[in-house]
Amino acid sequence: MSLSPLQQELAISVVKVLVLFNALLGLFSGMTYVERRVLAFMQFRLGPNRTGPFGILQPIADGIKLFFKEELTPAGANKFLFVAAPALAVVTAFLAIAVVPYGGSVTLPRWGWMPDWLEGRRIVLQISDLDVGVLFLFAISSLGVYGIVMAGWAANNKYTLIGGLRSSAQMFSYELALGLSFVSLIMVAGSFRIHDIVDSQAGSILHWNALRQFPAFAVFLVAATAEVNRTPFDLPEAETELVAGFHTEYSSMRFALLQMAEYINMITASALAANLFLGGWHFGIPGVPDSPLWFIGKMLAFLFFFIWLRGTVPRFRYDQLMHFGWKVLVPVAMAWIFVAAGLVLWRQS
Amino acid sequence: MSLELFHAILFYAFAAAAVAAALVMVSQRNPTYSAFALIVTLVSLAGVFGLLGSTFIAVLQIVVYAGAIMVLFLFVLMLLNVRAEDRPPGGGRVFMLVAIALGAVLAGEVGSVLVAARTPLARPFDASARAVAHLLFEAQYLYVFEATSILILASLVGAIALAKRDPGP
Repeated sequence: MSLSPLQQELAISVVKVLVLFNALLGLFSGMTYVERRVLAFMQFRLGPNRTGPFGILQPIADGIKLFFKEELTPAGANKFLFVAAPALAVVTAFLAIAVVPYGGSVTLPRWGWMPDWLEGRRIVLQISDLDVGVLFLFAISSLGVYGIVMAGWAANNKYTLIGGLRSSAQMFSYELALGLSFVSLIMVAGSFRIHDIVDSQAGSILHWNALRQFPAFAVFLVAATAEVNRTPFDLPEAETELVAGFHTEYSSMRFALLQMAEYINMITASALAANLFLGGWHFGIPGVPDSPLWFIGKMLAFLFFFIWLRGTVPRFRYDQLMHFGWKVLVPVAMAWIFVAAGLVLWRQS
Repeated sequence: MSLELFHAILFYAFAAAAVAAALVMVSQRNPTYSAFALIVTLVSLAGVFGLLGSTFIAVLQIVVYAGAIMVLFLFVLMLLNVRAEDRPPGGGRVFMLVAIALGAVLAGEVGSVLVAARTPLARPFDASARAVAHLLFEAQYLYVFEATSILILASLVGAIALAKRDPGP
């Protein structure tokens, strides 16, 4: 089979997209189970343990259940936007992770049975190696808020509307701090490419941005938790006051899509944290070879951190949230940018 | 399928989406719909910028316009719970004639520009982050750039001063 170079690239990209897409779906369903189990253990409960050994078939049972539920559309809802909102949320969630690398590059071995152009070919473990990767991620995550706002508005329900409003205000405020926390990394690495930022931390654990740029890391962790609407920043779906927030009126697969978008966003945030602050696929000790496994381990650690956080801290009050975002996080991030810029200049001279 | 054909298909898809959403934006009476349509237009334009080879401008277009400014628009629309406008009662005939006349003038102007343009309108250009930064912080544009940022800061301070309540006795 002879393919033109363009077709070869296309074929490789399609395979990468399919693999990553399915891996994400698997991770999403795994996360729903792990989250419920771990939270239960933290609260001296058992959690789901009836479906299969230790309850690990629970996500499958949940999926089947959601498939067969009736899909309800409230009478006063805006039909078009009500259907479009979950789709938009999921599409932006999956788009964002396209620029996140999950390893350096691998060279395929020469087995002999593959097409010629695949034998010994170098494959970059990333769907799209964009030269403005960090900015692209930022742009797509800023579009993600529309899924939630649309969902809240279209359902024509006061709780969903308040949830949507809170979400837009919160994401807008914390996006600023999130973006500012990237600036010092970009200055030190001298590039917007996520790949370059990861490579700037190669060598030893002392080069990791989590240590070298601790203030940026702290700001990023808080802002990222707020961006993915997790406890203690889960005001858009605070169940004690808003029923279920912006997704109150959703049922069946549309609810599943909104839920999926939330988990995929959390996975993206974890992958980004592992890449930008913990050295990605570099192990951190000189001499140990780079491997995507290290990246996956760090990402899973961050995912566990999000669950741990949910089991530990209470929810913010709305005015505290705004106060903290604008009057603490943004000034800290700004101040650190100035310090980092000074350090970069000093090192250059 | 060649890369050029692929690009052409993508260009016409983005262009059609941008024009269609722009039409929806001006023809809708529900301001929330208009806001969503404007977001589609802005994102489609970002797609066109990306096809011209400047991912940086494309991404900035989304971050600044579609991501930041439109969120504020939508936030205000939803906070005030703006409903669809009612049709103005009667007397629309004169306005309609004026509107058609003005529309014809605008169409004529755009048409004359398109006819007069000899070269293709847009070519791929270097607008990487580095190139844009060099332009903005060159001596030629630095003053304008910084003056604009001070203008924005001044308007921000002005808005806060206006919105601030009078201190109580």
